[in-house]
Amino acid sequence: MTGPGITGPGVEGPNVGGPGIGGPGVKAGDELPPLEIPLTRTLIVAGALASRDYQDVHHDAEAAREKGSPDIFMNILTTNGLVGRYLTDHFGPRCTLRTIAIRLGAPNYPGDTMTLRGTVTEVAGGTATVRIVGTNRLGNHVTGTVTLNLPEGAP
Amino acid sequence: MEVSASNDPARPNEPGRPNDPARPKEPGHRKVPDRPRVPDRPRVPARPRVPARPAEEAPPSDLTARLKAYEGRPAATAGVGKDPVNAAMIRHWCEVMGDACPAYSGPDAIAPPAMLQVWTMGGLSGHTDRSAAYEELFGLLDGAGFTSVVATDCEQEYLRPLRPGERITFDAVIESVSERKTTKLGAGHFVTTRMDVRADGELAGTHRFRILKYAPARTEPKAARPRPVINRDNAGFWEGVRQHRLLIQRCDGCGTPRFPWLPGCHACGSPDWTAVEASGTGTVHSYVVMHHPPFPAFDPPYAVGLIELAEGVRMVSNVIGVPHDKVRIGMAVRLEFLRVDAELELPVFRAVEDGAV
Ligand SMILES: [Zn+2]
Repeated sequence: MTGPGITGPGVEGPNVGGPGIGGPGVKAGDELPPLEIPLTRTLIVAGALASRDYQDVHHDAEAAREKGSPDIFMNILTTNGLVGRYLTDHFGPRCTLRTIAIRLGAPNYPGDTMTLRGTVTEVAGGTATVRIVGTNRLGNHVTGTVTLNLPEGAP
Repeated sequence: MEVSASNDPARPNEPGRPNDPARPKEPGHRKVPDRPRVPDRPRVPARPRVPARPAEEAPPSDLTARLKAYEGRPAATAGVGKDPVNAAMIRHWCEVMGDACPAYSGPDAIAPPAMLQVWTMGGLSGHTDRSAAYEELFGLLDGAGFTSVVATDCEQEYLRPLRPGERITFDAVIESVSERKTTKLGAGHFVTTRMDVRADGELAGTHRFRILKYAPARTEPKAARPRPVINRDNAGFWEGVRQHRLLIQRCDGCGTPRFPWLPGCHACGSPDWTAVEASGTGTVHSYVVMHHPPFPAFDPPYAVGLIELAEGVRMVSNVIGVPHDKVRIGMAVRLEFLRVDAELELPVFRAVEDGAV
């Protein structure tokens, strides 16, 4: 891994290291190792700002309460980014994300933890389909499907 | 805030389901999405804007028909990204996501594909590219009381990587507007848009986005904790709590301490007793962690301990000052009085570090 060392207020440190788990070894039924993401207030606000989403429910707790939410909550773009990272962490930088389709359910509130899990459901023509689910203590925060092209001839 | 996806037959059960017409085709067979259809004239009946009124009272069929007239109309036309794809925004994104993928840095960097929508965001200065139709649709929803918005679905297809320096343009169409739906957040309408994102003029990705425009449900004031039932037999105990004294009974006949308060001694049957103040030190004899069922006044999960007081009696109370999953049998605790609300104080037990009682 030659990328920048990523530390600071974001989520748990990177676990990309090697070439990733791509190529002929990937098969339907494979389960990705879970990724636990502490949902700090900082992560939620930083995610909203990095995605240029200034909706007050993602940074202003009082405004969120006026809109029927008990606290600020993570925006969908951040969830999308975390899902993308989860997949490329596992399959490596040589895979190519083709689609991400997600649906949100239980909100990601500060103080909770989201655990992302993934299962390969299909591998065909060099493309893997992965079902993902991210759970927090309220239930399923995100469910969805990701497709990605696996690197050719990967070890 | 789980939106009631299940009771909406118009909504897909899962994103990217097989029969979704917009589901990406197999590689090599992808069809470039059609350009948004741009009708020449609004199909909304011309009439004065209805004054704002509670969504509950809006005649739903009439409103729904007016909302559905916006289906197929543009949501944004010839939008331009406020910033070109750039390394700084990529790096900031990767910091937040904890994404160290080397493809996103260095001289040949590409943008993380999941950033697709970011390049089209209006930011703090707002959207300047939204169509009149989109503004009207939102005005109609706002006017009907559906003033809040939350995103529920995002479906993206990445056709080619985005690279620093590329200029982003986009068009979007209002794909569908749902009937009125009841959700945990409140009643509202789902609005689905589909956007084509171009980089230096070339189609680089598509982005389907579904939001709920809703009328916030009234937030109930937090429920009060249940009041203790105070009677002739236990009034002395609650008087002690009021004075911040934890009182237990001691039998005048045999000296056996007892708790909770009862009229007679379970050891010798004597009806005579004396109230004595407990020292307030104890240990966790046993505990449970409450997850379910939820009760409005409580915030699960939380630990309920069976505390063995130094005097030898046990009482049930909350264990505080330690995460619910760190409570252990034998843990030393010390009495504390918790002000629950204006009328109620309760004896609770705080975990004591390393037995430093
Ligand atoms: Zn006795």
